[in-house]
Amino acid sequence: MVEHGDIRVVHCGGSKLNFRDPVITHDSRFLLCASGEAVKVFSTSTEECIHELRGHTGLVTGVLLRPSNHLQVYSSSLDGTVRLWDFTDGILIKTCVIGYPIYSFYASAKHENIFVFAERFQLVAVHLPQSGDQLVEARELSAVLSGVNPNPAAIAFGRGGEFIASVNDLQLEVYFFKKQKSYRFFLKEDNKKGGWNTFTCVACHPKDDCIATGHEDGKIRLWRNFNHKKEYTYSTLHWHHSAVSSLCFTPEGTNLLSGGVESVLIQWRYKQESERDFLPRLGAAITHITVSPDGSLFCTSHSDNKITIIQSCVKVSAVIQGLVKGDSIRTDLMMDPRSKALVLNGKPGHLQFYSLQRDKLLYNLDIVQQEYIHESGLQQFEVVKAAFDASGLWLATVEERHQKAAELELNLKLWAFDEQTQSFVLNTTISAPHDAQITAMSFRQTADSQTTLLVSTSKDGHFKAWQLAAPAHTEDYIQSVNCPSWLCDFVGAYHGLVPECCSFSADGSLLAVAFQEVVTVWSPATWELTFFFFSPPSISDLCFGRLSCSKYLLGTTASNLLCCWNLLTCSCKTSPCIKVLSTQNFFCDSLNRFISLFLSFLLSVFVFKPSEPRPLFSRKAVCSGKVTQAVFAPREEMLESCEESSQWLNRSQLYFLTQQMDLMTFTTKAEEDRLLASSKQLVIDDSVAMTPFYLLLGKHRQQQQEHRDSDSSLWAERTALPQTSASIKELLQTPAHVLPSTSYLCSMFVQSLLISVSDARSAHAEEEMESEKEEEDSEEEMESSRSKPELVAAATESDAPALTKAQARELRRVRKLDHSWLAGLLDS
Amino acid sequence: MGEFKVHRVRFFDYMPSAIRTMAFNSQTERLAVARADGAVEIFNFNDNFFQEKVIPGQDGRAIEALCWVGHRLFSAGLNGEITEYDLENLRPQYTVDAYGGPIWTISSNSQGTQLAVGCEDGTVKIFAILEERIQFQRNLNRHKGRIISLCWHPSSAQIAAGMTDMITIYDAETGQATRRLLVDRAMGASKNKEVVVWSVGYLSDHTIISGDSAGKVQIWNGLTGTLVRTYLVTKWDVLSLIINASQDESSVIAGTSEGTVIQFQFISSTLDQHDKEWVRTRTFRNHSHDVSALAHTDTAVVSGGMDTQLVVRPLLDKVEKNTQESALRKIAFPHRSLVGCAKKAGLLLFQFPDRLELWKLGESEGHGEQHTHTHTLGEDHICCSALSACGGWLAYSTVSSVRLYRIQYNKTISINKVPKLPKELRSVHQLCFSSDSSKLFASSCQSSVIVVAVSQQECRYLHTLKHKTGEWKARMHLLCASDDGKWLATANTDCEIHIYNLHKMKLHCMVPVYNSCPTTIAIHPVTNNLISVHADQQIFEFSLVQKEYTQWSRRLQTQGLLSLWLERDTPITHITFNPKNPDHIILHDTYMFCIIDQSLPFPELNAVLWNQMTLKNLPVSQRIGQSHAFKICKIFQHLMCVSLLEDLSLVVVERPLLDIMSQLPAPVRQKKFAT
Repeated sequence: MVEHGDIRVVHCGGSKLNFRDPVITHDSRFLLCASGEAVKVFSTSTEECIHELRGHTGLVTGVLLRPSNHLQVYSSSLDGTVRLWDFTDGILIKTCVIGYPIYSFYASAKHENIFVFAERFQLVAVHLPQSGDQLVEARELSAVLSGVNPNPAAIAFGRGGEFIASVNDLQLEVYFFKKQKSYRFFLKEDNKKGGWNTFTCVACHPKDDCIATGHEDGKIRLWRNFNHKKEYTYSTLHWHHSAVSSLCFTPEGTNLLSGGVESVLIQWRYKQESERDFLPRLGAAITHITVSPDGSLFCTSHSDNKITIIQSCVKVSAVIQGLVKGDSIRTDLMMDPRSKALVLNGKPGHLQFYSLQRDKLLYNLDIVQQEYIHESGLQQFEVVKAAFDASGLWLATVEERHQKAAELELNLKLWAFDEQTQSFVLNTTISAPHDAQITAMSFRQTADSQTTLLVSTSKDGHFKAWQLAAPAHTEDYIQSVNCPSWLCDFVGAYHGLVPECCSFSADGSLLAVAFQEVVTVWSPATWELTFFFFSPPSISDLCFGRLSCSKYLLGTTASNLLCCWNLLTCSCKTSPCIKVLSTQNFFCDSLNRFISLFLSFLLSVFVFKPSEPRPLFSRKAVCSGKVTQAVFAPREEMLESCEESSQWLNRSQLYFLTQQMDLMTFTTKAEEDRLLASSKQLVIDDSVAMTPFYLLLGKHRQQQQEHRDSDSSLWAERTALPQTSASIKELLQTPAHVLPSTSYLCSMFVQSLLISVSDARSAHAEEEMESEKEEEDSEEEMESSRSKPELVAAATESDAPALTKAQARELRRVRKLDHSWLAGLLDS
Repeated sequence: MGEFKVHRVRFFDYMPSAIRTMAFNSQTERLAVARADGAVEIFNFNDNFFQEKVIPGQDGRAIEALCWVGHRLFSAGLNGEITEYDLENLRPQYTVDAYGGPIWTISSNSQGTQLAVGCEDGTVKIFAILEERIQFQRNLNRHKGRIISLCWHPSSAQIAAGMTDMITIYDAETGQATRRLLVDRAMGASKNKEVVVWSVGYLSDHTIISGDSAGKVQIWNGLTGTLVRTYLVTKWDVLSLIINASQDESSVIAGTSEGTVIQFQFISSTLDQHDKEWVRTRTFRNHSHDVSALAHTDTAVVSGGMDTQLVVRPLLDKVEKNTQESALRKIAFPHRSLVGCAKKAGLLLFQFPDRLELWKLGESEGHGEQHTHTHTLGEDHICCSALSACGGWLAYSTVSSVRLYRIQYNKTISINKVPKLPKELRSVHQLCFSSDSSKLFASSCQSSVIVVAVSQQECRYLHTLKHKTGEWKARMHLLCASDDGKWLATANTDCEIHIYNLHKMKLHCMVPVYNSCPTTIAIHPVTNNLISVHADQQIFEFSLVQKEYTQWSRRLQTQGLLSLWLERDTPITHITFNPKNPDHIILHDTYMFCIIDQSLPFPELNAVLWNQMTLKNLPVSQRIGQSHAFKICKIFQHLMCVSLLEDLSLVVVERPLLDIMSQLPAPVRQKKFAT
């Protein structure tokens, strides 16, 4: 096996936003939340991710504003470090190594220490050394509580940090720091009415000594007098019908917020608990609730990876939606050919379109179009299959509902892309397209969109071809919209065997359908069985090769064989046959000629060309847990990677989903460095105050930003500002009393704006000057403006990718000069 | 243990009446409970919540309020009268008409010198409490509208009176109203309905707490007359509210129409500081209907209402946890037997407040014959009844009179009143026939037992049994005659048990006094040992001949009773014996009956009492190892009586609580989740 040192597996966004409770900054303008190995900074008004605080090498397990400085934020991670960041600029200030994986952490203004939940269910106080070093090691650890629940909601600081309340199972423990004494209160396991008293979360009133605890049975208890062993007392509030997942007091303590599975945010008036306000229909179960320090914004995290920002408990002002992670991805991962978005199951009954580049959910497409009822044990329609055609014009979805007693309900829906609304519109609904479950679905991948063909295979032993057909012009049907709909064109079967999968060849001339151990190849034009292959164990997956390898048909068998048939020789040629332990799945790249293969037991990935038996790339143990789904996504821009081993990553990226529903990808080192560099230099525009001066300068800067954003490859190396901006800057930055007279300034200013043409040069030289300037500005622009020489340059670039960028530019300049010289000579 | 043919009797449709009000005397630890039929029950909280005394009710007497003044108990009702009770002879001592229309409330000041009553006509009348009676003193200034609730300030200088739509504070000296606190009406549709202040409390720091028909508990500053805080606790009425006045006034409980009891506590909002405020804390939900009566003892919340059960809910912060004290108690049935059984004739006598029912047990195919005898004498309710073992005689007594009936049974039952009764039989507390039905024993006032010979021809007074001349003793609540007709045992509420020799007609001996009241006594037919069971569940066996506790009883006391036995919360109300096996004693409480086999060893203190079914499945050798004296059967629930007839068939009288519940009026409508 070949080892590739520079290809790494990374989390590529789509990570959980609801893993830990988010933090709203003091000015309520930013929302910070732990997301995978980074901390994301969102704007509360625009919902945009402003930047990511990257640096942790493990899962980030907590974000906390530094109590002593509200412009700084702590973050903790499983990598055993606590890092201090300046979140406005995204700068890492300090790294504090603690040495144990941190599962959650807490801080209070009264204490210098921060409290860390470490291993063995202990809450540990950590003293952070006060030194100027970037990297410090915290050595002063002291255990505070033991037997602590790892759930971060189970611990809260009391009024002014005087005590800490921790709940675990059926026990509430209150530890007073001053007296160094702890009180424990127990509840009975369940009361007579069958409610479960297990604690789920805790919150402390900021002004009074009152602890609110949430319970499994939906009750909220408000504990008072808890500095007595016996004379403690509590009152009970009950609205939730199942477990309370989060509790939060507003900063002044006037209200208590609670949320749970009901996806209703409840605001209880403190001390007048019979009055309460509801904010219903928040979409999914509430997992965390936080309130901004000034109390103006509430923010709820939801189980569907969403953060909702609520203004004064009445209005949802913003929704930050991450990748929705359901229980299982029954539709495979797919790429929308049009938007290049990742498509998979999202909310129940929906397909979600997720932009991988921007790490943002684009939209949800409601497939089932039925009300989803949040109740366990209820069988509801689920989207089980989906397929796009090559142009992204058509989307086919299959939804099914399987109730124990009743028959299987199946719907095949075909959606057409509507240019005007930029979304999919339902074209045809075929109820009960097959008698049994649909096993596979495939569009004919042809450029010619007129004759789109869809093939579906089902467990009832048939495969059906569906074709778009104009409606029959009968008198009976007076159709207002004369749009074509999908009709069944052909029903095929093979000896009563059950078809498991199907695949069209790249040019759409052949259709392969695997009937258990027989692979049949059909010609869609005439629906004739052209030939068939026989392989002893049944085929579980089929795929045609692409581009230069389109003559190959690949299949995986149940007995862990990967078979490759050469269609040109028209024989059951199984020349490159790799014996593998167990094939989980294999995924075909639509742009490249590559096939990746995941082995479930070894947790390995293999990437190879169909024509070669040796894998191009292999990697063992890519992640902990099985890989369930994977997809090749085309890159927006090609990667100039020179190494042959990672060449398969040049034009597309391989994304895969693990069992924990983490979206991962392979990336090269160079690419990562580039990303890191760009993020470091990024300055947040949002942090500048809106002053009149900003309007003058800021707008200019914005343009500059846009300008810069247009190219990103050169961005890292860029240093010099354009001349014009420098002169304006000089003009604006010089104090007024030292400026020369306005008349002088004006001429200087105008001069700076003009293009310097003082040297009496020839026309082509002038052109060259301009181009050189432009070249500094943007490479792409230059590429488009230039015609002939650029083509040559591009050609050379593609021919010899080994050349470095600097070399290439040098070469280009030399060529350009040569060329103009030569032209001059020729003209004369 | 043996097998019995069981008569499972479920036709005793005993219906307890609703609890109307209650008052707790913290000095004597007695709780007085008034029921809707006018009966007053006295529970001794020092003695396992034993129902010591029952003053039978009267038609037309509806008690609205009860009030303890020292050891004296006063009641007032809608008939406009104030009644003081004779707690020894269990009858009203005297009544005084207040002349103010129906009386809604009665309250005494903390010194116990004055009694204030609130009347329908809007007056608060002050009565002076004298040695033997009460005397009208004066009226406070009259207001329009009825006085619903009253509370004295602990200094006795002010009285707070709850009326409709307002609370008035009176100066007790001058009788002037010093302040009026206007109470808000309910919001919404019932805005036009006037709000009734059902209950009011006056704390020593001049805080007034009120509960009203709009569902609010309000806390007022009595000095300034300002509203401090409103708690909306229910959609319906807050019917009752009580302060733990005997303690530090730091807790208030309020009962609502929804059946909930809500506690408010005076708590400092931040620890270690003294600025306290009232906070709603716990909610107890033990009732299905209105909670109209509440009492706050030092350690528990006692509540009662429409659903007829008395619930003692210990406050867990005041009692030791996981002890018997911390268990919730529901008292649903009276702590005495209401069923009489004629063992030889197979007759059952059911005692209702206003009538008696006589039933004949049928054969194996089920139902018994019924013959109902309805009593309509006057307005007084029945206080006790007895049926002779042969089934030939029936006697019952009210507060004022005794009646005796001759029952003849030939195909049809004929009941004939015995016309002339000796005039000594006038007011009795307990009746009992001798086993040969020739004598009737009646415990009378002055703690004497009147012996009357009954025969076909005549009814003749024989003798009065007295233990000591001139000594005033508590009344006897239990009587028991031995089978051979030689012995009579009596027990009184001072926990004394006396044995009389009926041949000599004099006191034989006195059983050593135990500190818990006997709940039932019985004399063994063979050995003539007296078995007594007490309110704290202890069992004693006393040999009448040797005048000492038997060996079995001593062994039982040295080894101690099972914790499972001691933790039961209903008293044993009846004992019978197995004529076939003299070792067997059959006794029962509400939830089980038990056969104690005196020949078998006692179980270990913490032993698990095996179910008879599991024991049956064990191999014989193990089963013998497991066998012990206590054999408990819980097949039958809510037992009113378990008795063994002569033909060795067991009569089990059940009164399922569900049947009682189903006969109650519908509770107030509440929104139930998911309905």
